[in-house]
Amino acid sequence: MSVVIVMLVCLPFATAVVSWLAPVKFSQYLTITVGVITFVLALALLPRATHSTMSVGSLLQADALSVVFLLAVTFLYATTSLFAKGYLSLGDGASGARYGKRFYAGFNLFCWSLVVAPLVNGLALLWVAIEITTVISALLVAIDDTDGAAEAAWKYVLLASLGLGIALFATIMMYYAGTSVFGASYSLTYPTLLAGAVHFHPDVVRFSFVLAVLGYGTKMGLFPVHTWLPDAHSEAPTPVSALLSGALLAMSFYAILRFFQIAVRTLGPGFPRDVLLIFGVATLLLAALYLLSQRDMKRLLAYSSVEHMGIMAIGMSFGATIAVVGVLLQVLAHAAAKGTAFFGVGSVVRKFGTKEMARIRGGVGTLPWSGPMLVMAVLALSAMPPFGIFRSEFDIVYGGLTEPRDVAVAIFVVLVVLSFFGLSWFTTETMLSENPSDRAPGVDGAVIVTKGEVSNWIVVAMATGIVALLILGVHPPSQLTQLLDRAANELGSP
Amino acid sequence: MSASPSTYDGVAAVLSLLVLLTEFAMLRAPLLRSQVRLYAFQSLVVTVLAVYVAYSKHIDELYVLAALSLVLKVALVPALILRLLRDANTDLAGSSVVGVASAILIALVVAAFGFFSVGSLQVSSSSLPTSSLAIACAIVLVAFVLIILRSDVVSQAIGFFSLENGVSVASLVVASGLPLIVDIAFLFDLLVAVVVFGVIMRVHHARNATLSTSDFDRLKG
Repeated sequence: MSVVIVMLVCLPFATAVVSWLAPVKFSQYLTITVGVITFVLALALLPRATHSTMSVGSLLQADALSVVFLLAVTFLYATTSLFAKGYLSLGDGASGARYGKRFYAGFNLFCWSLVVAPLVNGLALLWVAIEITTVISALLVAIDDTDGAAEAAWKYVLLASLGLGIALFATIMMYYAGTSVFGASYSLTYPTLLAGAVHFHPDVVRFSFVLAVLGYGTKMGLFPVHTWLPDAHSEAPTPVSALLSGALLAMSFYAILRFFQIAVRTLGPGFPRDVLLIFGVATLLLAALYLLSQRDMKRLLAYSSVEHMGIMAIGMSFGATIAVVGVLLQVLAHAAAKGTAFFGVGSVVRKFGTKEMARIRGGVGTLPWSGPMLVMAVLALSAMPPFGIFRSEFDIVYGGLTEPRDVAVAIFVVLVVLSFFGLSWFTTETMLSENPSDRAPGVDGAVIVTKGEVSNWIVVAMATGIVALLILGVHPPSQLTQLLDRAANELGSP
Repeated sequence: MSASPSTYDGVAAVLSLLVLLTEFAMLRAPLLRSQVRLYAFQSLVVTVLAVYVAYSKHIDELYVLAALSLVLKVALVPALILRLLRDANTDLAGSSVVGVASAILIALVVAAFGFFSVGSLQVSSSSLPTSSLAIACAIVLVAFVLIILRSDVVSQAIGFFSLENGVSVASLVVASGLPLIVDIAFLFDLLVAVVVFGVIMRVHHARNATLSTSDFDRLKG
């Protein structure tokens, strides 16, 4: 199994280097191949991860929790590379080749950092990996070289770096908490920290945990430090938006969970859960309100990501094992659903030439495959059965009711319903409305387009996402359920 | 903190305080150039602190860290930003939302908050200079004030780098035993961040012919 982990860490990096040197056409197919291979490699880790922790030296480690996030990242790596092949229209000229070279090198490097983050062993290395995801993705946000992209990239890199500065402070405080047990010099690996956590100084751990939630929360999109998120998601090239939303936010959540894991051992479950509950409810409230007033398709999906991050934080705060299992399932299902939704929006944007919802009408009629699948993805994001998020949010609510956290559950359900309104309003307006070409031309300023798909690659990528959502929703494989159970137990108090 | 502080605590506290004062000086510096020089000076103080910790605690690894931070933070990063400034041909920092006096007052309140909140943590340990940690926290918060009040990309970037200096102070005083490889990784990350900040600043300047962030109001809602 160590070979698999080492390959996971090396392959995407090598692909990034090759993409920088090779012709774009070659990089496109290579990226797809490597994306699929990494997903298969992550699947190969699954059986072992259901009952044991694998490690390579002292630097790399894969336990059930890391494999859950690894599956989400590699699934998006594979499907997004398929989507990017269809989405990017690179001209034959030198500028198209230069853009393609930059994009594919950056894209693979970004995926590499996202794959490495859950596999490193220790809070310090985790911080380093997440900092790398920030700087690379900031460059990818800026890659389109428009005014909007420059503004979004600046806000993103500044806010995310500040957040990570705070997260670094949190890491150092956690190190300090450990010095009372392990002496002045030790290594910040997870097994070490978890073994000694019971004896850490509670005040220091409390301080460190709050700093970590605030710091990594900036990158996860928690209120009030979410402000970079809709800008970056809307201005980045759509493949990058999909990765930001499905993988990067989740990875910051993963970092918070690592701190959570230690904090519950030192402080007991009460305090860490309360912190997550406060941030989660505020985040969900903000997202639900903003979802109702969006005019830009990609911003709408960005706020939906904020919503789901709030849901995950609340789910963790419920604490019951079934709720934690729900949260981890939500990580997987959200990655699939949000990826698919962004692919669909990418298809719509390519077709209509605009992100403005007011000018997009009759999406389902115009895009015979990706249109309906986008509607399905949005329904999945609204937690409709039979998709994966229905199951995960059901688990979370059920867990909250057993705990019992009745008030929080009630707020949760109301806010989720509110977000459902925002999302379904968008869908009926843009996708299920009448095709403008059937009426007088140019009614309401809507763009008129001919019927037909933008690219079959996009359809394949979306279909993969929908299938994954169905599998997660209808009947998750037993090994996956075992994995989620084990990961939830790793997160609980010993 | 009832026992009389040791020499080590005292020197560490004085050096951290010097870093904090530099942070205040940045708040009132009207020229971007002097802002960068103040950052270089601040990094130099952090380097001296690293050498002092290394010397008094006999941690040889920290000398390596000090040397690296001297090369990177005192020389390379300021040089990179000064070059950007020369190309951009801008001298004045983006005007503060509030005047200098109010900015300093806000920073004082924020710094005091950081100082006393760490003080209230009640961590008493013989190996920990609590006052230095509290000052480090104040440095981080004042860096935030600098970033929030200034409206140009260079000041905001410097604000972030000086925030990192504050975290370095904290790491030197409470986690001096942190493995060297980790410290180096942190520094390397800072370098990458500087390069990326530089790239995005250049993109911004090339598009808008200004370093000001005042037209960063297109994306909202």
